[in-house]
Amino acid sequence: MTTVLSSGPVPSGPTRRGAARVLPGFGLTLGISLLFVALIILLPLSGLAWQMSQLGFSDYLRIISSERTLAAFRVTLSAAALATIFNACFGLLLAWVLVRYEFPGKRLLDALVDLPFALPTAVAGISLVALYDKSGWMGTLLDGMGLKVAYTWWGIALAMVFTSVPFGVRTVQPVMESLSHDIEEAARTLGARDWQVFRHIVFPQLWPSFITGASLAFARSLGEFGAVIFIAGNMPFETEIASLLIMIRLEEYDFPAASAIAGTVLAIALFVLILANLAQGRASRHLNGGA
Amino acid sequence: MALHIEDITKFYGTNQVLDQVNLSMQDGEFIALLGPSGSGKTSLLRIIAGLQFADGGRLSFDGEDITGVDARLRRFGMVFQSYALFEHMSVVDNVAFGLKMRPRANRPNKGEISDRVRKLLDMAEISELGERFPSQLSGGQRQRVALTRALAIEPRLLLLDEPFSALDTKVRKGLRGALRDLQKKVGIGAILVTHDQEEAFEIADRIAIMADGKIQQFDTPNNLLRSPATPFVSEFLEGMGSYHAAGAGI
Repeated sequence: MTTVLSSGPVPSGPTRRGAARVLPGFGLTLGISLLFVALIILLPLSGLAWQMSQLGFSDYLRIISSERTLAAFRVTLSAAALATIFNACFGLLLAWVLVRYEFPGKRLLDALVDLPFALPTAVAGISLVALYDKSGWMGTLLDGMGLKVAYTWWGIALAMVFTSVPFGVRTVQPVMESLSHDIEEAARTLGARDWQVFRHIVFPQLWPSFITGASLAFARSLGEFGAVIFIAGNMPFETEIASLLIMIRLEEYDFPAASAIAGTVLAIALFVLILANLAQGRASRHLNGGA
Repeated sequence: MALHIEDITKFYGTNQVLDQVNLSMQDGEFIALLGPSGSGKTSLLRIIAGLQFADGGRLSFDGEDITGVDARLRRFGMVFQSYALFEHMSVVDNVAFGLKMRPRANRPNKGEISDRVRKLLDMAEISELGERFPSQLSGGQRQRVALTRALAIEPRLLLLDEPFSALDTKVRKGLRGALRDLQKKVGIGAILVTHDQEEAFEIADRIAIMADGKIQQFDTPNNLLRSPATPFVSEFLEGMGSYHAAGAGI
């Protein structure tokens, strides 16, 4: 949009920057931004990388492939996957209700969605335990049906669901709000049933944000600590999550092992986010007027 | 008699937008609903389409009462002001959409669908655009795709909601002729909503002039000019007389 003025190739930096410049002080703002990114994000990460580099590759493999670590990863990944699927679907539904319908208490419900972000995760964990423990009222209820949630894999998944609810809703909601009604009406005049309109018209437009929401929820669930450890039971090989194992290794002053596990969690999270980014780019190729 | 509109009344809250509207159109006729904004013409079109329902009155098509029938079952092709193209689908898929959505019992098979789509694109002279996406089309091309998509369902009636308003004057004039030709070729009735007198006079067999939720007069362009029924009509059409005398009409 800003290239209208320059017809030929742009030879020098200043001209291009001059055209794109809206706020004064590009150098200053970018410099501060980069400093922040470096201090807040990159420095801790490089600390982790440095710790990992102390480790040989065979040591890394030995730590990662130990029974206990593998079990922790299995528990964490499977629970996070379930929580993600649940939140992606539930988030879509909740966003739909919030966007498409008017009802008393709608704004309260809308505000409640953010609560898992605002609440300290430990508080969430403790309340979940109080609720789902054998003496808690949900726990008593489920116990009667022969189900056990607290101190099992299901408890872990539940805590992950709780902490990542907002991702499922808040990523899809704005896109849903911006959908034009014309398009759905056009589909209806062409003979599409309600579910066909959703399946062929509405959902494809939400898909990019749906993927983003799901991947963020997954990444968050992978690393969730506070909410999970209270309800997990934390039995090695069974209900021990990766984050807890990192904590345990740290307490044993086994920094290399802790960093190996942490680095792996980070790599998985990054991998999922990058994958989601690629998928999102593909899916939104033709949306938003971008050719 | 194709479409019959009897005493259609519509309120938005306490605000009456349509006041006992009556209108009958012949098979294959091209009708324009012409009026200033807020006159109720778009509401009337949406009620005919089945996207909204009237608070009173009756709609019938070929003798069948369609007052409460869902838009999906009316088989009226509609072109929206915004064109409402499906941005995530190619032109071919946009046009094929209506056929693909049919219940399995009367859905053509894949080969038939693609044949039909080919033919339609040829007819609308956009066959070279089949693989493009809506974001890669010009305004005029988008309009043609929207029209072709509406025609693909073999509609019983064509509804056009200000289909030219987003185009520049030059493109607009060319497309008007093309629209009229297509409609003649397909042989179905059409209802065009517009606020542009020139457009209505050039394209329509009969024009319904609307104001304040009522049809002020429904007649051929010539008769409207010769004998306006109300002061509103004569005032609204002021300036059109000289246009028509100059021979620019149909």
